[in-house]
Amino acid sequence: MTALISIQNGAKRFIKGRETITIFDQLDMTIEAGDFIAIMGPSGSGKTTLLNLLGGIDRATSGSITFAGQRLDQMNEGQLSTWRAANVGFIFQFYNLMPALNAARNVELPLLLTSLGSGERRKRVETALKIVGLSERAKHFPREMSGGQQQRVAIARAIVADPRMLLCDEPTGDLDRKTADEILSMLQLLNKEMGKTIIMVTHDPEAARYASRVLHLDKGRFVEQVAA
Amino acid sequence: MTDFSLILANLFSRKLRAALMLVAIFFAFLIFGVLAGVQNGFNNIGGSAGENRLVTINKINFTQPMPIAYIERIRSVEGVARASFANWFGGYFQEGKNQVVTFAVDPEFYLDIYATDYRLKPEDRAAFMADRTGLLVGAKLAERWGWKVGDRIPLSSNIYTNRNTGKQTWDFTIVGILEPAQENADTSVAFFHYAYFNESVSFGKDTVGWIVIETTDKALNTDVSKRIDAMFANSPAETATDTEKAFNQAFVGQLGNITLIVTLVVGAAFATILMIVGNTMAMAVRERTKEIGVMKTLGFPSARIFKMVLGESLLLALLGGLPALAAAALLLEMMRASVGFPGLALTLDFTALGIVIMVALGLLTGIVPAWNALRLNIVTALGRQ
Repeated sequence: MTALISIQNGAKRFIKGRETITIFDQLDMTIEAGDFIAIMGPSGSGKTTLLNLLGGIDRATSGSITFAGQRLDQMNEGQLSTWRAANVGFIFQFYNLMPALNAARNVELPLLLTSLGSGERRKRVETALKIVGLSERAKHFPREMSGGQQQRVAIARAIVADPRMLLCDEPTGDLDRKTADEILSMLQLLNKEMGKTIIMVTHDPEAARYASRVLHLDKGRFVEQVAA
Repeated sequence: MTDFSLILANLFSRKLRAALMLVAIFFAFLIFGVLAGVQNGFNNIGGSAGENRLVTINKINFTQPMPIAYIERIRSVEGVARASFANWFGGYFQEGKNQVVTFAVDPEFYLDIYATDYRLKPEDRAAFMADRTGLLVGAKLAERWGWKVGDRIPLSSNIYTNRNTGKQTWDFTIVGILEPAQENADTSVAFFHYAYFNESVSFGKDTVGWIVIETTDKALNTDVSKRIDAMFANSPAETATDTEKAFNQAFVGQLGNITLIVTLVVGAAFATILMIVGNTMAMAVRERTKEIGVMKTLGFPSARIFKMVLGESLLLALLGGLPALAAAALLLEMMRASVGFPGLALTLDFTALGIVIMVALGLLTGIVPAWNALRLNIVTALGRQ
């Protein structure tokens, strides 16, 4: 496998008043294309910050981040937006669907950033909803769906533009065990069948078991690496 | 789905709030439209005035009479082509609330001078000349009351008493209908013989309210005015002569400064609406901070989000304002038909001004929320730090 995204000598610091808080320093990591990585660690260990850097929604204080040969740390905001739209699908703990849009329109949202016509967009939305098993809920609004169904819509939204990488931040944190297992199985399927590279931040060891690799982050350092 | 449908969905995500904002904007622009139409009506009052027409009134004010003998002296002034006179009757039909703008006029010359304003059939004119109780009614007035030629109607005065009957009522026969000969001609008026009025009036006999003069050339207007006023200087009824347009506008001016009223009312309404809509828009966008953060995360560029938020407030202003201008135009049309005020209309100028104000309202109320959305940091918006 080839490296899809890597961080070299990555550092992230925040200035709070007179104090400089270091989230991590001299961090190196490489994620291969097709990996399913779970990042675990206690609160404040820097998991979410790391995910933000990998997704290009936050910037490292120093170090380089490379995605398929492209230096994210050298891109401006506009370039990062374009890169995110083309390469990354995001799945959040609390789904973050647009309440004013029905399921189909929520899924269609990333496609507005492409040059696809409305017919092609409709086909892709139907396919994405079919993959997550929610074809019959296309016209339903988020408030009319359960948490599990909303998360499946969020997954459909994340994959509809066919990105190479999915970033999941506690995707099952708000769900019961049974629903969580369904969502995790779906992510595993996307990884194995569709070749999506998945990086998932989680507190849940059960969830981490679905990943092919688990990275433990503590005080800004990977303390061990466990094969799942 | 397009950016526009996304804007629409966001705008109506809270239906009650959107509806209340739309209603507020609708009423602001309805007020603007109606007041603008009324202002246009007042501006046009002098619109039908002939350029070479002068009006002489008592110098004290136009409610004070002048001796009828002035007319012959004025006709002899160099530069005067024709002169006629009229007296305010203070008329109403059946009940005081049914005001009828009625003038007791010198029949022949008055109709000649206003021949450019009104069309009258030759047979009706002949009938008017022949019948001292004859009444000419404007087309709008006739339409309002269903009057037709040959009808016998009583008109009462809220000023004068008929000394023949001891009542304030005079009986008339409608002998002709005055049709408009030009757009601004007011056909909600009625004319009758001054002689009929003068012979039966209990006071104010042989006096007139104003004298209308047609000059031989509009370039002579100023000279003729000066000569007339000089002629009656130091008399018991000194005169003030001005163009008819100035006279009409001065008459309206007594109602107050319409432009100032319009500006103040509309200004106050807009300042209030601006604050309400601006605050509500800012609140609506603030509530959607996380959604905007998600959109940015998905790859929507900040500039596109800025345009969408600004588009939302613009759309709100237009959705509330455009139907309001249409409603104002309709309302003015109904008012014009019912009161016969010819200039009551929402002109193209005012419509364009209304649209410019809508756009300004949309931009002003949307610019701050849009700017905040533009600058929104994704990590902060998602609360992920």
